[in-house]
Amino acid sequence: MKVFEVFKTYGAFRTDRREFLRNSGRLLIGFQLLPLAGAALDGEAIPHPVAGNGRTIDSWLQFDSEGILTVITGKMELGQGIRTALMQMAAEELDMPMDRVRIIIADTSQTQDERYTAGSGSIEGSGNSIRQAAAEARRHLLKLAADRLNAVPEKLTVENGVVRYGTKTIAYRDLVKGQKLEMEVTGNAPLKKHSEYKLVGKAVGRTDIALMAAAKPYYIQDMRLPGMVHARVLRPPVYGAKLLSVPREEVLKLPGVSQLVVNGSFVAVVAADEFQCIKAVRLLREKAKWESPALSPLPAALYEDILQKGAGTETVEEKSDVVKNLSEASATLEAVYKRPYHMHGSIGPSCAIAEWKDGQLTIWSHSQGVYPLRKTISNLLNLPEAKIRITGVPGSGCYGHNGADDVAGDAALLAMQAPGKPVRVQWMREDEHQWEPYGSAMVLRLKGGLDGDGRVSAWQTEIWSDTHSTRPGGNAGHLLAARDLEKPFNLKSGGFSGGSHRNSVPLYDFNSQKIILHNYNGPLRTSALRSLGAYANIFALESFMDELAHKAGKDPVAFRLSHLKDPRARAVIELLIEKGGWRKGEKELVGEGFAFAQYKNNAAYCAVKAEILIDPSAKTYKVTKLSSAIDAGQTINSTGVISQTSGGMIQAASWTIMEEVRYDQNGIVSTSWDKYPILRFGDVPHTEVFLIDRPELEPMGAGEAAQGPTAAAIANAIFHATGSRLREIPLLPEKIDWKKFS
Amino acid sequence: MAEIIDIKVNGERHRVEAEADMPLLYLLRNKLELNGPKYGCGMEQCGSCMVLLNGKAMPSCVIPGSAAAVYEVVTLDGLARDGKLSVVQKAFVDEQSAQCGYCMNGMIMSATALLAENPKPSDAEIRQALNRVLCRCGTHTRIINAVKKAATEMNGAKSAGKP
Repeated sequence: MKVFEVFKTYGAFRTDRREFLRNSGRLLIGFQLLPLAGAALDGEAIPHPVAGNGRTIDSWLQFDSEGILTVITGKMELGQGIRTALMQMAAEELDMPMDRVRIIIADTSQTQDERYTAGSGSIEGSGNSIRQAAAEARRHLLKLAADRLNAVPEKLTVENGVVRYGTKTIAYRDLVKGQKLEMEVTGNAPLKKHSEYKLVGKAVGRTDIALMAAAKPYYIQDMRLPGMVHARVLRPPVYGAKLLSVPREEVLKLPGVSQLVVNGSFVAVVAADEFQCIKAVRLLREKAKWESPALSPLPAALYEDILQKGAGTETVEEKSDVVKNLSEASATLEAVYKRPYHMHGSIGPSCAIAEWKDGQLTIWSHSQGVYPLRKTISNLLNLPEAKIRITGVPGSGCYGHNGADDVAGDAALLAMQAPGKPVRVQWMREDEHQWEPYGSAMVLRLKGGLDGDGRVSAWQTEIWSDTHSTRPGGNAGHLLAARDLEKPFNLKSGGFSGGSHRNSVPLYDFNSQKIILHNYNGPLRTSALRSLGAYANIFALESFMDELAHKAGKDPVAFRLSHLKDPRARAVIELLIEKGGWRKGEKELVGEGFAFAQYKNNAAYCAVKAEILIDPSAKTYKVTKLSSAIDAGQTINSTGVISQTSGGMIQAASWTIMEEVRYDQNGIVSTSWDKYPILRFGDVPHTEVFLIDRPELEPMGAGEAAQGPTAAAIANAIFHATGSRLREIPLLPEKIDWKKFS
Repeated sequence: MAEIIDIKVNGERHRVEAEADMPLLYLLRNKLELNGPKYGCGMEQCGSCMVLLNGKAMPSCVIPGSAAAVYEVVTLDGLARDGKLSVVQKAFVDEQSAQCGYCMNGMIMSATALLAENPKPSDAEIRQALNRVLCRCGTHTRIINAVKKAATEMNGAKSAGKP
């Protein structure tokens, strides 16, 4: 098998023994690419079906007969480095070297059902399970070792997977002997003291980066299975369009085309060669006829529509009589903030491979939730879940719910039409741009009151938003293809509004506050985009804090601190000011803006400072620098936290200063990178991240903490430099009032 | 219609049966089973598919393989020598210059071409050379660090070699 042979060549990169061990540690990454990963590669029993029930050690950890530890997580590698972080946590508890640890990720035949890899929850969820299982395994192994070495467990030490008592030693390998550790994880096994940590908190390198740099097959897009055929789906021109006709004969005459699948308005081509497949879809696109409903409301009327049609109003939080307190305030302020639809914009369009063989459907997918996807595919095909296996293989970064699940649905439908052949479906750029579910447009109306001392005496936020989660969780209607079938599945929208009001409740010590959510059902398909509603909620909240500080005549950072008792919140703000400086000597043409939030009000604390440089003659500005201080509790991998924070700031800066999904009545207009530009290297700001490690505390999710604060920090910097308060994202330079500079 | 395309890739001559209009990217990935160049947009807008054509970093997703055959093609797969990663590849690993890593091909190929032409690039020159390649994870800071590190190492090696 091709994939297998390629993986065997890793030895070619062997430079020394350590390098070799690191390489062999990587083999399992590729191993998962093999269908029904079994005992073939190194003679080890890989659990199939899933071991344990989540309550036993072997649900999370297994030793092979060579003493190699395999960590088993239901979470998915999305580029956030979760694989390395989870291996670190297990290796730390067991005092194992990293090069003796491997990991299996999201696979319905090998790992626990850990739902979605989302919400910055993998370290808190899977990480804690793995840590507890590792502690339990250590306790068990030390008991066994104590018997063998005639000692009490308390007198034993462990180094590099070898237990020592005086001069006597015994390796984990010789204690486990390849047996599964089927004892229960009680949760009361002692955890290692953080003062003794050797790996956790350190910048342990990700081993998978060497694979990427060496062009080894790593991504789902790189999988080549024997007999694999290529498929492309012709998506409709616009949401809800109905197929009238396709040039069937003409397409089937094209070289290499083996099948044209038409089911209702779901149209796909299967061909032996990928490029032949692409050409067939080009012809189809040109000649297929559709009945297309007009998309509305159009962008010019969108925000008004949101305000008018928001329904199903919920009170998220209410503290004291806000209306009364506002009316009694010395000064009041009201402002409306808006954000448009934003794209995930994965650089590699979504891809999946599915194979229907011997009554078993196998799907390779970069989905964020292999188990929920399996349930959804089961619904789509009316096939029992036991007959479906979904194996997670990394794709391009997704930043939330992109096309990953949809393309898996496409592949599943097509595999059923081509039994015995792995069918690879690769979305084209325009498919991803047009059909991914976007981050919802939102409107926020904020009202605030100040007392005689210039302190906030009342606060009200009204949110209007479409849903931030339409992830497939069992209902096939959440997959694009399912809605186009002759017997269509329908999307049941609504339900989860938690994403819409995320981070809308101020963390500040306000005595009187009220948060109201109006749910909106908008024109474009929406779902989870990194940080969900927190992005716009924090943009509004932290812009409005700046506006109130200005109204009160106070420094915006001092104003925040005067309303903030939480010591960890204060610490990130104070650290950022100390390290990054704050408005020291007003510099002409330079603006500095500040913002802060604790993600979800229960995860990482993050403060962001933005610096911009304006060019009044060219009527433009540039974000020159973004600095952050972050406290995610116990740091597992400092490289990971810093990369996620720095990357989060750059991505959020791009959303904030330039991005907006464009559409007209005929459909999505933003179909390529020139029509949906994102930040390029030349304009990317410098970034710096200051990390507060609190090894004595629980680790907290960090991957989405910077999104909201970055948006507000940029808006606040623009105000500082220009006096223009921009409340509508994208913060385009033409929205700034440049007249005062002329 | 398929024809035989005679093309030199990573120092080796290949005779590939492919349609004349097949973009180089598909020829490299599907006919030669290389993994370096990635599909990203098919419109020369994102740089995921960068290769070296006679040493110059160019997207491979539009130019037909038949037209690219006049060049010597080098892909990320061909940068390692005798099993050792190139200085640029190694710098990207050392600096952990990837999150999802999908853009890494374009970044390494562009940086390789830059450093061959300009051994001591300024920050602005690095940014300009990598401007064609999109990164959505926001790994730019680490990527610049990797290119600088590679430049330093290459220059160090050169001056060390001087008598």
